[in-house]
Amino acid sequence: MTANVTTMKTMKKTVLALILAGVAAGASAHRPWIMPTNNFIEAKEPAVTIDGAISDQLFEFDTNALKMESAMVTDPDGAMAAIPAPTLMRFRSSVDLKLPKDGTYKISMVSLNTMGSWKVNGEMKRFRGTEEAFAREVPAGATDVSRSTTHARIETFVTANKSSMGAFKPTGEGLEMIPLTNPTELRSGETARVRFTLDGKPLANQPFSLIPGTVRYRGVLGELRLVTDAKGEASIKLPAPNQYFLGVSYPNEERKGPPANGSKRYSYTATLAVLPE
Amino acid sequence: MKLSHSLVLTLPVLSGWATAADLSVKFEIPQLNVAEYHRPYVAMWIERADQSVAANLAVLYDLKKKDNAGAKWLKDMRTWWRKAGRDMTAMDGISGATRAAGEQTMSFGPAKTGFDKLPAGDYKLVVEAARESGGRELVKVPFTWPAKGGKETASAAGKEELGNVALTITP
Repeated sequence: MTANVTTMKTMKKTVLALILAGVAAGASAHRPWIMPTNNFIEAKEPAVTIDGAISDQLFEFDTNALKMESAMVTDPDGAMAAIPAPTLMRFRSSVDLKLPKDGTYKISMVSLNTMGSWKVNGEMKRFRGTEEAFAREVPAGATDVSRSTTHARIETFVTANKSSMGAFKPTGEGLEMIPLTNPTELRSGETARVRFTLDGKPLANQPFSLIPGTVRYRGVLGELRLVTDAKGEASIKLPAPNQYFLGVSYPNEERKGPPANGSKRYSYTATLAVLPE
Repeated sequence: MKLSHSLVLTLPVLSGWATAADLSVKFEIPQLNVAEYHRPYVAMWIERADQSVAANLAVLYDLKKKDNAGAKWLKDMRTWWRKAGRDMTAMDGISGATRAAGEQTMSFGPAKTGFDKLPAGDYKLVVEAARESGGRELVKVPFTWPAKGGKETASAAGKEELGNVALTITP
């Protein structure tokens, strides 16, 4: 029984890894995202439901649920904890989150995935999964071993009663956004500042996108393409009110064909609400 | 000398045939600065005043995918799909490959589309573009058939997925 359970868990992880790897590599048009029912809650006992999905159109529940078991919650003081168990449905997964402390919380999900191949007895084998599984599965005597990794981070933010800036301390791993303006206080027409880092270092001259949701009800996409300055920072003149998908990938070039051996790709995406003034 | 003489003789005949009746559409696919770009699927048709489809002109989609897998996203051209595509069993003579960003021209003779047989009245040329993980846009160009006084030109422009769309009808 224990063995079976372990296998099931591994399988689940592999499936998630597959999905995220595809997304991060730009191999699929489907985007994963997490979104709170509200990003600024004023209540005596603040709570929020977080939805997660992988969708074709932003932010429709049109393709698959996003498995959120590995999501983490950073509280206003910067303390991290695992998210409560989410409910998985066909098109979305959901989790209720209590917000006991006043301030801004960060919800984040990180995945590190490996794509690889090797030759054994003249036969080519392909692999997708975690780094540990790759190390385990490559047999002794394999030749032409090739692998590439993708590091993907998905985030959103919620505030209970009073916004704060204590949850944004970067981990120094992969691509990260450090909000310089509180991301739950975004108002159309105002300016928000952000900084992007790669392994903790500022990411200068890095293009990124802001894509509004509800494209289904509008038609035109309205993607905003922006770029960071020499300090890895950018000022965003906040566009019309909507939910926005902020997306960055490094290196910026779209990959053509299979990834080169040893290549590393990074992506950062966040769901942000811009409200009317 | 002999060659140029025969050319002079042939040319009027050729051009007379080419202008028998022609409907040509010049449309612009804008270059977009986006994170993920795929060429748009494009559908073109002629609509009657009551918004029903009078003639399908073209459906441009990803023909290179194995087993016609590109047809899966034809439904993303929502308006065309709802009005015509959904009920089509074959797209013989109207399907074509996607086009690159830039100005594109397509010409439709009467044999293929039968537009010259349309009853006299007000029509619209409709061009719809839909891009994978992108947007969708419709541009409508009104015109009258048959054109008064020979050649008719009309145009309209999109905002994002389509630029200028110009229609030229030579009766």
